[in-house]
Amino acid sequence: MMAFFRLLARNRLALAGLVVIGIVVVLALITPLLPLADPDVTDTPNRFQPMFSAGALLGTDHLGRDLLSRLMWGTRLSLAMGFAAAVIAAVLGSAIGIIAGFYGGRTDNVIMRGVDMLMAFPYILLALAIVAALGPGLMNALIAVAAVNVPFFARNIRGITVGIAHKEFVDAARLAGMRNREIILAEVLPNVLPVIVIAMSTTVGWMILETAGLSFLGLGSQPPQADLGSMLGEARSALITNPHTSIVPGAMILVIVMGINLLGDGVRDALDPRLKSGALSRPMPATTVDRDGPAPAARTDSLLDIADLRTEFRVRNRVYKAVGGVDLHVEKGECLGIIGESGSGKSVTALSVMGLVASPPGVITGGAVHFDGQDLVGARYEVLRSLRGRRVAYIFQDPQATLHPLYKAGDQLIEAIRTHEDVSREAAHRRAISLLKSVRIPNAESRMESYPYEMSGGMRQRVGIAMALANDPDVIIADEPTTALDVTVQAQILSVLSDLRRERGLAIIFITHDFGVVGQLCDRVAVMYAGRIVEEGPTAAVLRSPQHPYTSRLIDCVPTLGGGQRRLAAIPGLPPVVDRLPHGCAFADRCDKAQAECRAGSIALAPTEPARKVRCLFPEVAKERSA
Amino acid sequence: MTGYILKRLVSAIPVLLGISVIVFLIMAMIPGDPATAILGSYATPENVEKLNRDLGLDQGLVARYFIWLGNMLQGDFGRSFALNRPVLDEVLDRFGATLILAGTSFVLCSLLGIAAGVISAARQYGVADKAITFVVLLGISIPSFFLGMMMILVFAVQLRWFPVSGMWPIYGDRNLGVLLEHLAMPAFALSVVATGVIARLARSAMLEVLRQDFIRTARAKGVRERQVIWRHALRAAMVSIIPILGIQAGFVLSGAVYIEMVFQWPGVGRMLVDAILKRDILLVQGGVVFIAACYVIFNIMVDVAQALLDPRIKT
Ligand code: SF4
Repeated sequence: MMAFFRLLARNRLALAGLVVIGIVVVLALITPLLPLADPDVTDTPNRFQPMFSAGALLGTDHLGRDLLSRLMWGTRLSLAMGFAAAVIAAVLGSAIGIIAGFYGGRTDNVIMRGVDMLMAFPYILLALAIVAALGPGLMNALIAVAAVNVPFFARNIRGITVGIAHKEFVDAARLAGMRNREIILAEVLPNVLPVIVIAMSTTVGWMILETAGLSFLGLGSQPPQADLGSMLGEARSALITNPHTSIVPGAMILVIVMGINLLGDGVRDALDPRLKSGALSRPMPATTVDRDGPAPAARTDSLLDIADLRTEFRVRNRVYKAVGGVDLHVEKGECLGIIGESGSGKSVTALSVMGLVASPPGVITGGAVHFDGQDLVGARYEVLRSLRGRRVAYIFQDPQATLHPLYKAGDQLIEAIRTHEDVSREAAHRRAISLLKSVRIPNAESRMESYPYEMSGGMRQRVGIAMALANDPDVIIADEPTTALDVTVQAQILSVLSDLRRERGLAIIFITHDFGVVGQLCDRVAVMYAGRIVEEGPTAAVLRSPQHPYTSRLIDCVPTLGGGQRRLAAIPGLPPVVDRLPHGCAFADRCDKAQAECRAGSIALAPTEPARKVRCLFPEVAKERSA
Repeated sequence: MTGYILKRLVSAIPVLLGISVIVFLIMAMIPGDPATAILGSYATPENVEKLNRDLGLDQGLVARYFIWLGNMLQGDFGRSFALNRPVLDEVLDRFGATLILAGTSFVLCSLLGIAAGVISAARQYGVADKAITFVVLLGISIPSFFLGMMMILVFAVQLRWFPVSGMWPIYGDRNLGVLLEHLAMPAFALSVVATGVIARLARSAMLEVLRQDFIRTARAKGVRERQVIWRHALRAAMVSIIPILGIQAGFVLSGAVYIEMVFQWPGVGRMLVDAILKRDILLVQGGVVFIAACYVIFNIMVDVAQALLDPRIKT
């Protein structure tokens, strides 16, 4: 509770709202004690006195009544009406909601049908109908506004009650022989009360507006008594000649309602855990780059050269170093596998290449990605954009989530083509069909018209691959493209990819946690652990004689293609949390061979055999493995 | 799609019946003898007797309801004694003006609200976002009738950009230009609150969508950011925005009452308020049922729009 208030206090706007409302409420409460003129005494000779005239700070209205006094009394009445309406609506609505939610079944059905009917009315219209039946008047307007808000409470509270009615403590109370009425009062009510209070605080502003509205129409408080709404209504006829009589009550309503809304927003934000974690922020078009050193130069003339790449996530005051200095390169037509457990930084490495790491919270803090002679890290957004999909394309993991659910597969393909090439829709359509054929989709023509939800997972992933191929890219980065698929479909997708690679001379970076897949597709493999590469080399050599203990474990886990997913847990322990990397070897806590030296200082990725590197002080000795 | 529309139309029947029952029950709360209440100062003995016969007021509640419903289904909404003409004629005469006002406002609040929400989300925590958030807060806090009055003061009296009130000039031609001149202020004043509500919702719907994987896919394809926001993200966000548009249409339609009073707009809202003050019960009853029914029909159109947008809704 204290934490909640502290959070609220941190929100300056909410605090301002609280202060404003506090002042208004206090003033309204002490109005009878203040030395104000009688609000209802008419003094026609002194009508329409301007503001700041003697004896009437805010002037007088059309009957010569003191505006300040009327404002104070009117505010008092408006607040009371709004608050009373909120309480009545909350009590009745909550009672109905609790009964419906608690008893369920037919009671619930009948009640909620009725509530739905009431909600089918345009809101204010229902209030008008009620006032029409009961006749204009303060109390009747109050009843009308309360009544039209009952369904809102009933529906919300019912939802909460349904959840509570099936909890163990309610069952326990029933077994203990408590009657339903007692259970509701003793067990249910205390649990829904906070929700009722919050719902009330968010609706009281509305209620004040609505009661003022009815009074404005002449259907609420009747003369000489006036709330803010009827003050405004009476002043309307003199709007042009004496605007201050309208502005005074109107501005007061605005101040009150705005204060309540500010406070309500603050309360809502303080209670919404998603806002605290920053999970509600949207990723920007390209990852933020905040390099703390000069960009490293390209070391090789490879097609794609990643040098000392560092990417971290900044969540509030914690920093997660997801990628901690990765060097990689891919040649034309080559397939490079990056393998590691989830959280090893392999996907973040891949996404960093084209600036696709969600940002916030992601930030690239160092390194360079050289592609075709230019550094992509820190490249202008427009440069990145024109390369994305055209020269470097991505295939993502879950094709269910990665295709737009509301566009036809064909349209998504056509868009991929036309984004980078100025071709007619017809030409793009023809190309899209041939792309679908090249990923072996049967009935390509009719599949163009299918929505993603109408396709199987394997089919969607083929569409994803076709989309990546749309502009004949030089590099395809495939981020676990087969993980979400079942084993037979996995094999099909892999064979599609490997054929395409041969036919088109594509370079592929293939990210996976499955050595079986790597063995089938990749020329070279890099093993990642805790944001760094721990071993790199030709696939066959690494599979035959892994040098890093972690690699060796990973390989042991995978008896057959596609079986790796379940067995990976066979490595004891968990990967380290990347915001608290241990000193020295990150794998030490899980390593059988760990020595004191392993934890002493950072360990370099050292070359062993030609074209092989390992980051370990005591590499495994080559032993011939039996398959 | 036709099948879906038919299904929705059929499902509207119980809602319409429910609405008629609710209105009937509310009107049955009128204290005292109904015929005398309805007739008010026209309550001569002959009139009372005739009305009792016509509306079955001397019979039980259930019988009365069915007589009333039967009459309405035949297009007979009763007779306004204050105006001395059939209720339906009066309502239909007035409804056009309300439709023009509320319809314009609805279009306005949908466009402005969605645009503001999208821009706000795309520039989250930026200057535009903060400015929009503040204006939206102001918009949902100001009573529409007060805003309307202030607009009259500033734009009609001071600047003389627009006429003070009314739908048509007393003298002169009635053409579209003149109508738009008169419509501008009331339509805007009516749309402000709904614009704010829609903008808030659109912003959070967009933020939700922008974090989804298919947005990253669009960006990975190299799609221009403007298209990512306004096509990919907005299209998906519309799925949760459209139902809110339906609800806001109800607020605009019924909130027209205030605006019609402020701007002397000759619509149903002002007719209802006058009728309530004159205790013209049958006119109120007929007007309320008519508007509520229109709103139900409108909501069916909203559902159809939703189904057209989202192919996953089974047609
Ligand atoms: S450096 Fe030491 S702890 Fe790390 S993997 Fe090698 S042997 Fe194990």
